[in-house]
Amino acid sequence: MSHLSRRPADPAVGASVPHESARLHVSGQALYTDDLAQRTAGALTAWPVQSPHAHALVRSMDTTAALAIPGVIRVLTAQDVPGINDCGIKHDEPLFPSEAMYYGHALAWVLGEDQNAARAGAAAVVVDYLPLPSLISVAEAIQAQSFQGMKRTISRGDADAALATADRVMSGVTEFSGQEHFYLETQAALATVDEGGQIFVQSSTQHPSEAQAIIAHVLGRASNEITVQSLRMGGGFGGKEMQSHGFAAIASIGTLLTGRPVRVRLNRTLDMTMTGKRHGFHTSWEAGFSSEGKLLALKALLTADGGWCLDLSEAVLARALCHVDNNYFIPHVHLDGRVAKTNKTSQTAFRGFGGPQGMLMIEDILGRSAPLLGLAPEELRRRNFYRDGDSTPYGMPVRHAERVTTMWEEALERSNFAERRREVNAFNAAHPGRRRGLAITPVKFGISFNLVALNQAGALVHVYKDGSVLISHGGTEMGQGLHTKMLQIAATSLGIPLSGVRLAPTRTDKVPNTSATAASSGTDLNGGAVKNACEQILGRIAVVAGAMLGVPAQDVRFSGGLATGLGVTDQSFTFAEVVMQAYLQRVQLWAAGYYRTGGLHWNPELMQGEPFKYFAGGVSVTEMEVDGFTGTYSTRRVDIVHDAGDSLSPIIDVGQIEGGYVQGVGWLTLEDLRWDESNGPHRGRLLTQSASTYKLPSFSEMPELFNVHLMEHAEEEGAVYGSKAVGEPPLMLAFSAREALRDAISSFGPAHHSVELASPATPEAVFWAIQESCKAAGTSFEENALSAARLRPVTVRP
Amino acid sequence: MNTPENVLGTEPAFIVNGAGRSFGPGASHTTALEWLRNNRLTAAKEGCGEGECGACAILLAQTDRDGATSWTAVNSCLIPMASLDGQEMVTSEGLGSPEQMHPVQQALASGGGSQCGYCTPGFVCGMASEFYRRDRTPLAQDTQQPTPGERGPNGFDLHSLSGNLCRCTGYRPIRDAAYSLGAPTDDAWARRRDEPAPGYRATDLKRSDGQFVRATTLKQATTLLAENPTAILIAGSTDWGVEVNLRARRAPMVIAVDRIPELDSILLTDTEIEIGAATPLSEIERVLDGRIPLLAQLIPQFASRLIRNRATLGGNLGTGSPIGDSPPALLALEAQIVLTSAERQRVLPLADYFTGYRTTVKEPGELIKSVRIPLPLSNLSAFHKITKRRFDDISSVAVAFSLHIDDEVITKARIGLGGVAATPLRAYATEKMLTGQPWNRDTIKGAAAALGAEGTPMSDHRASSSYRSIMLSSALIKLYTENNLIMEATP
Repeated sequence: MSHLSRRPADPAVGASVPHESARLHVSGQALYTDDLAQRTAGALTAWPVQSPHAHALVRSMDTTAALAIPGVIRVLTAQDVPGINDCGIKHDEPLFPSEAMYYGHALAWVLGEDQNAARAGAAAVVVDYLPLPSLISVAEAIQAQSFQGMKRTISRGDADAALATADRVMSGVTEFSGQEHFYLETQAALATVDEGGQIFVQSSTQHPSEAQAIIAHVLGRASNEITVQSLRMGGGFGGKEMQSHGFAAIASIGTLLTGRPVRVRLNRTLDMTMTGKRHGFHTSWEAGFSSEGKLLALKALLTADGGWCLDLSEAVLARALCHVDNNYFIPHVHLDGRVAKTNKTSQTAFRGFGGPQGMLMIEDILGRSAPLLGLAPEELRRRNFYRDGDSTPYGMPVRHAERVTTMWEEALERSNFAERRREVNAFNAAHPGRRRGLAITPVKFGISFNLVALNQAGALVHVYKDGSVLISHGGTEMGQGLHTKMLQIAATSLGIPLSGVRLAPTRTDKVPNTSATAASSGTDLNGGAVKNACEQILGRIAVVAGAMLGVPAQDVRFSGGLATGLGVTDQSFTFAEVVMQAYLQRVQLWAAGYYRTGGLHWNPELMQGEPFKYFAGGVSVTEMEVDGFTGTYSTRRVDIVHDAGDSLSPIIDVGQIEGGYVQGVGWLTLEDLRWDESNGPHRGRLLTQSASTYKLPSFSEMPELFNVHLMEHAEEEGAVYGSKAVGEPPLMLAFSAREALRDAISSFGPAHHSVELASPATPEAVFWAIQESCKAAGTSFEENALSAARLRPVTVRP
Repeated sequence: MNTPENVLGTEPAFIVNGAGRSFGPGASHTTALEWLRNNRLTAAKEGCGEGECGACAILLAQTDRDGATSWTAVNSCLIPMASLDGQEMVTSEGLGSPEQMHPVQQALASGGGSQCGYCTPGFVCGMASEFYRRDRTPLAQDTQQPTPGERGPNGFDLHSLSGNLCRCTGYRPIRDAAYSLGAPTDDAWARRRDEPAPGYRATDLKRSDGQFVRATTLKQATTLLAENPTAILIAGSTDWGVEVNLRARRAPMVIAVDRIPELDSILLTDTEIEIGAATPLSEIERVLDGRIPLLAQLIPQFASRLIRNRATLGGNLGTGSPIGDSPPALLALEAQIVLTSAERQRVLPLADYFTGYRTTVKEPGELIKSVRIPLPLSNLSAFHKITKRRFDDISSVAVAFSLHIDDEVITKARIGLGGVAATPLRAYATEKMLTGQPWNRDTIKGAAAALGAEGTPMSDHRASSSYRSIMLSSALIKLYTENNLIMEATP
């Protein structure tokens, strides 16, 4: 067992510790960025001038009328940028563009005494546009050969040859939509400048260090003149990994030019029309199977809808390609990937970061192929699972391949799958109008940033003379419970109770050069760094305690807030006593911790290597019921078995699993991004730009029965206290819901009917798929319903 | 307790978390949410600005039927603060503190009910409202189902949270927290229920952005409207609040009509039921208590509890929207609409009220006083609402049926449609086809085809035109099959 994963006796990790801010959340005392702005006297509000064209040149801009509005202080334009007019990392993302690249693109920002003034000012700015042709859908971009960034290929074996000799070859197109993050807290930033010209920015961001770097280059300053703090976010989900930076930069320019605090807080419409979303994809594929249903070959072309600029699209595409295999061994593979350039928001990171998109393609292939191969979908899936010794198409051995198989068996058992399959069939035979479906799907998800350099983290741990401990680390809190786990790790490392540790807000002047809190890696990386810092301190004070106890330093144990010595039964010292003694002996009581993930290597050109520290995963079983009259459905029961390693806090991990599942179901079924693809005056406008038109899962989508079980004895060797990353993988457990819908729909059709289901599978999409199933059976749903009705006597309600 | 009068004479004033506060600086359009946040009460959050997410929910002390008080959860983002003049409100920071949490807060915090925490104060208020609901009683032991269902063993109605969105948790821990709540102890909020809620005051607030006036008599309202024909009338402000927030609309004058006795009442006689235009839907649901089965089916599907606590029939008809949920039902019920102005009152069939997309026969200076539903009702009614999401969604198609079947013959048919034309519609052709025909398969088959051809639906982000048309036919077939088959022979 590695030093990193070994747990001491009586650890603070492993207990179901609720979120460290829960008491603040429920009492309304937890502060978010705009709550801080409300407490900042004299803060100005910034509001954008948005393009009403999907693509247009900005010929001129007249701000006279805006400046005449009472309360308008200034209009920020490209001329106001002291440094580089770019807020991205690819130099393709001007902060103040001269060419509007999408409908809603911010071209200038108005600073006002309050939101009303700034908003009225923005409405009064007169822009002269030269409209240009635009590409809205991926299909249009493919037609026009409009792509951006690098094309990528993963290849193993000879897919063409294997397809030529396969017993069965299936081919098709799988297209699916993106997803709006809809973090409840919209993008927000608050910037102030001090007497020395130091800029302090409070940002709702997952990536303070990159915000700092981008603000620095926009302002033409060095990074040491900028401090960024992320107190907490009201949700992130990837949407605040990159896309928060431009707003922080606007607030920073504003404060620099006016000397007053400047706040940016998007309202929901601004947020939805200006910020990137999960990438929708167009994929086309050919899959070869043996007569026994073994996958022999897969050839596919994946086109990600990147939107107007690159942002993180290349990395998202890379992860999509690396997850096309999900948990299935495919000997011969050729996958090409590319990023389309369209006149839409720039699509970005979203929980899973391409992984869900790659996996949706293979799950769709298997779901459509199973009936054609004459196999139950769960049997087809099971036959193709990885086994120990297999490696992925990008050349990484699948360590612990048996874990998914074990969870699969456990999920079948816990969900009572076989018996419920019979119940579902019986229900369907008795109900012409309503049908039920049942499905089980696996998840295998690689943990680590594909880009090796990002897999490092830092922490700063202070022990004060009274024995109290303050920790800072580079990760950000967006609700996922990272801070809670860091407190548990520090308490465990130092052998003190949880109550002895406090956590300071994440700031770039405490821990520099951090990576985004992303890729599910927050705990692995920052936890490693916190533990490292604690152990440095412990190593120093063990010498002091050893002298106090009369034992060598290596025989000192810190546990339960006490220092004891091996073989010393008559005395012990409190942590605080040891600390005070160490101070008096001039021993350094704080430390900077550092962690980097070992064993990673990746060649991004060849798309080969071992980019992941390990695989996380799980298995889910979902039962859905659909109404054939309308296509509406409900989730009756969900059973999940998930591998979170040895959980640091089960209550938090179960929360991530449940929340991820429901968010994934939202993407696959309900959440329906629609853009105006017509040639009308609002071409390119996001039609679903508010909570009334873009529907997230609500209580009505929650499974009636929701059973989540954490895999037991799941210690992950080489990860902090044996735990595993749990942020992203559960999202993909939602595939079982989509496959359960497919199963229910198939019951309307003939045996071996392959159901094609649009994504998102909205009630309307489900309705059309049911109609297709009925058509394939040579029947009409309405006729069936009516004939069934004719057999019974009239029973009218009074 | 402080009264608003003690705080300041004629300026709007409130009791907020037990303390008297005056309106102070602010515009006539300033929402309750803005006001609270500008006064450093930042527990309530803006998540959407249109009453869809509930992050801004707060509690209002409102009069219930017995003259006592109920703690009513509302969306503070939609309500002009001026319209709460004299009122008493509580936010989640007023319910408890990190050191001394309210039972609802305790249940959420310990059960993992908060992750990012941004939606949480709104959930706390929604849950507290249900926690203090007087007629919330635990379910009988034998009615407890194996699956949790939409009503907890403690009588907690999950629909009370249908207007609160959470993006993190997946809702299970929130539901479990809600279902774990016991009965309120004798705390300040429980005791407060026994005292009357504050009355409303005749408010008149002039600020540079406009004027807010609460009319307290019908005459005052119609006179004001005659003098200011472009004034915006509000009751719950659930529609106007969206305009103010999302489209930055401002009006020189806003007139609140929510406390005019004739508009805030329900009259039941042998020949009709008259519902005041400014009566909140939640109140209609409580008072009618199932007397009109079609409305009893409709109201729980209408937006969310947070909205229904404020929204009114007058507002829903006043906007003239083709997809409002109440018009199809009211059309099927052959409702009449009562329009009043300073000069006259007129009563006309609702079917004659709509003239085009968001246009009606209502003239400048007229307001909707009430809706009259004639009695007796037909014996078979149903409301079919087609949406993407079951809770709190706007319909793509709504179909309301009110049929009378006597000895297996359809003696009367009224069908109201929403979402399939520029206005809500009566399906006259289908009604005619059904009337006098036997209630059987052939009748339904023919009529379903006719119903599918009524209306001229469009394709938009909610649904395609062909889906909408088929949903009309489907609704009739579904109505027929569900009333001919006992679909659930076994549970």
